[in-house]
Amino acid sequence: MSIEVRKLNKTFNGFKAVQDISLKLESGSLVALLGPSGSGKSTLLRMIAGLEIPDSGEILLTGREATFVSAKERNVGFVFQHYALFKHMTVYENIAFGLRVRNQSEAEIREKVHNLLSLIQLSGFEKRYPSQLSGGQRQRVAVARALAPSPEVLLLDEPFGALDAKVREELRDWILKLHEESKVTTLFVTHDQNEALEVASRILIMNHGKIEQDGTPIEIFDHPATHFIAQFVGETNYIDTEVTEKGLAVWGPFRFPINPSFTKGQKVRIYFRPHDVYVTEQFETLQVKAKIKKTRFKGTVIEYLLDIGEGKSIFAQVPKGVALASGFKDGLDVYAAITAFHVFPL
Amino acid sequence: MTKETLIVSLKGENATDPVRALTEPRWVRWSLIGVGVLFVALFLVMPLVEVFGSALDKGLEYYLNAVTDPMALSAIKLTLISAFFSVVLNTVFGVASAWAITKFNFWGKNLLITLIDIPFSVSPVIAGLIYVLLFGLQGLWGKWFIDHNMHIIFAVPGIVLATIFVTFPFVSRELIPLMQEQGSDEEEAALVLGATGWQIFWKITLPNIQWGLLYGVILCNARAMGEFGAVSVVSGHIRGLTNTLPLHVEILYNEYNFTAAFAVASLLTFLAVVTLIAKALVGARYEKEKEVLPSSLESEPTL
Repeated sequence: MSIEVRKLNKTFNGFKAVQDISLKLESGSLVALLGPSGSGKSTLLRMIAGLEIPDSGEILLTGREATFVSAKERNVGFVFQHYALFKHMTVYENIAFGLRVRNQSEAEIREKVHNLLSLIQLSGFEKRYPSQLSGGQRQRVAVARALAPSPEVLLLDEPFGALDAKVREELRDWILKLHEESKVTTLFVTHDQNEALEVASRILIMNHGKIEQDGTPIEIFDHPATHFIAQFVGETNYIDTEVTEKGLAVWGPFRFPINPSFTKGQKVRIYFRPHDVYVTEQFETLQVKAKIKKTRFKGTVIEYLLDIGEGKSIFAQVPKGVALASGFKDGLDVYAAITAFHVFPL
Repeated sequence: MTKETLIVSLKGENATDPVRALTEPRWVRWSLIGVGVLFVALFLVMPLVEVFGSALDKGLEYYLNAVTDPMALSAIKLTLISAFFSVVLNTVFGVASAWAITKFNFWGKNLLITLIDIPFSVSPVIAGLIYVLLFGLQGLWGKWFIDHNMHIIFAVPGIVLATIFVTFPFVSRELIPLMQEQGSDEEEAALVLGATGWQIFWKITLPNIQWGLLYGVILCNARAMGEFGAVSVVSGHIRGLTNTLPLHVEILYNEYNFTAAFAVASLLTFLAVVTLIAKALVGARYEKEKEVLPSSLESEPTL
């Protein structure tokens, strides 16, 4: 039930969709493939499913060579972004399809379909047609259909991409629960970082056909490996400056202690998250003077644009309760410190 | 309508009547509708009435005699035979070509699409001539066939061939845009679920295209029964042997047997009307199938 990919390549009319990708998913894991559109993540998923043939490289499913095995023989479950439910079949027949083509007995089919219907919480909906279901219900039927033939791996291509925010969140929880129960090795493609961070135990970040980082959500969020990931995952400020002296970079009033391996005069880009900017009304320690220029309400946090002098400004996010208690408002003089940051050479 | 009148009709005496405020003056509406009705009556309804009127000119008995005349019956039979072969073969070809063109990428795909359209762009008379040039006595392969005692030109096979050629594009032209719009998602889903190529075709693709396919078949059948030009060239007009219904009408007409000509023509007209009704019924169903139903039932099940 493991998935292994070795040096996979795929080119479409000169466009390198997937370049030299190798990865290994352990049996029972739940992994997200995160990247912007056009990064090759769907192509990689479709190659694992057998819907695209790689130009070179190898795919192993449960340790068996499967690169040129037909999609029909791979025993993978695949969930499409736009559901791809069979329009002219009822919910029951949709889920039963993968069992019927395997010539299972009617009794076996009935039992399995009813189990899956209760798993997706759609018992009593078996006679409905896909057009009579809501988006979230359709996607759950698509997952049940993919699970019916007991696949060794489950692949989901932007499974919640076409749904509205509320339903997406419900389905995220549901997929997590489903995975805990079934323990099917699951790989899902998404361009929504929150989805990846929240659901997956491991995230592979793709960009330009390559995997840029492979790690747990916390590793990805707190230790981005590249410029791209620092900007792509989570909100961030970034500033360009040069190394002032060994182990120190200065930007405006801020002093960043950096790795001594950077040489003096080297150009660097420093990333820091708005919530890693510590803002108080009274000076506490190591802070610089700032003035609130603009306030933006973002739900659980409030974002401030801080003027730090010399025509420079940064974004800071403060939890709503703290912000209200401190009485932050436009034009107020405050103190700010950057508590965490990442430096990359330019 | 000038700017001034628009303002007047919005602000003026019509302001209380929203329908009148948003439409043209009455005389414009009625004259436009009148022109339309007159045109349809003159060019479509009158000829239709005339066909049935002239057919029954000499009474019902004469009409029935003309229609059940052995020559007429033979023409009906030949028309049905050629329509049958065209519909069956072009359905198989149409589905196969549309399937290949929309679900696969291959070298020469655009050439194939262009080739399918040729019968639409070539005059039917030229199409008939092509077969005479190929299978006629002086033709490219004609001598070989005649030596082997196979008669194609001035015989039934020629008529069937010419009809197939002329009706070639109907089914595939109907299916290609439909299948392109549907994409391959459902087929891919079925493949990953373990279905074979045949299972995918019969259980997924065919049910999805059935109404479009039926629509194409109806159009193909209508054209096959009514084809005149191409068939006329290859037929040789041998009465009772190589006359289809349209050709039989022509012969009767040329013999100044107008009532009989119109009687036989009324059969073709009747077929056309039936086809139109079938087309309208299938078309309505087909449109309904194509539209995406709103997901009106958002309610979750109560567990």
